Amino acid sequence: MKIKTIIFIIYIFLSTPGYSNENQPELLEIYKNLRCLVCQGQSVADSNSDFAITIKLVVEDQVKEGKTNKEIYSFLISKYGEWIVYQPVFNKNNFLLWVLPYAVLFVGGIFIFLIIRKTKHNKTN
Amino acid sequence: MKINITQIIIFCFIIFSLLIFWQGLKKDNNYDTKNLTGTRISNFQLSEINDDDKYISEEDLKKNSYTLINFFASWCAPCRSEHKYLINLSSKKNKIQIIGINFKDKKNNANNFLKELGNPYNFVGKDTNGKISILFGIYGIPESILVNNNLTVIKKIVGPLDQIQYNEILNIIR
Repeated sequence: MKIKTIIFIIYIFLSTPGYSNENQPELLEIYKNLRCLVCQGQSVADSNSDFAITIKLVVEDQVKEGKTNKEIYSFLISKYGEWIVYQPVFNKNNFLLWVLPYAVLFVGGIFIFLIIRKTKHNKTN
Repeated sequence: MKINITQIIIFCFIIFSLLIFWQGLKKDNNYDTKNLTGTRISNFQLSEINDDDKYISEEDLKKNSYTLINFFASWCAPCRSEHKYLINLSSKKNKIQIIGINFKDKKNNANNFLKELGNPYNFVGKDTNGKISILFGIYGIPESILVNNNLTVIKKIVGPLDQIQYNEILNIIR
């Protein structure tokens, strides 16, 4: 009985859709960075929608053709716009998005440093 | 009154956050690709639905001033509602050619669909696994793309054609 249960669990595990493809880490990495345009807040990796399945087929083909991740993202961006990728490409339209966190961190660091220095200065006086 | 710099920074930060929040509320969150015009379509090869030996490629689109590429399927209800506009457009064959791409469908069902509603297409191709649709930036059907003879996308119609879009196409090809 136990053996039958184990065989059944292994069968269910192996027959899960997408198991064979998504087990390849390079494909999974690409799928995770692609937004499913017809789903609510899901990546292509998470979705089993018709659109996500087709995108997976195309990405798999392009990986087999030897295309790099960057080339695959560029191709899909040319077809669907930048919205298709979760990690946007750095350009003049979104440079603030990339630069602002570092700028805030830098300015915040200086701000905290000045406060600490002022507090210490006041204590010594 | 002495103005504290910390208070100014906090005040500016709150105003900035509220502005971002306000802009976010006003923004339409439903993304579609209808504004992605001006791009060139990729090279493709499309087999005829009933004959694998017949096919068209991007070179065939250069022969006409305008080509409307329409993705349809027999199982797609909105495709039925837009079909009358495609039939009307097919009467302007000297100005526009219409390519139908049958999307993830059964051959017999697609043929019956065209027999029942009429065939407005100059060529009916098949996209059995959906890969062709990705070359055209399609993410749901029906969708139509109007391209000129330079293979540049002039107009994208996401969803079924309606009277307004039909008139817009007529204005473009006039």
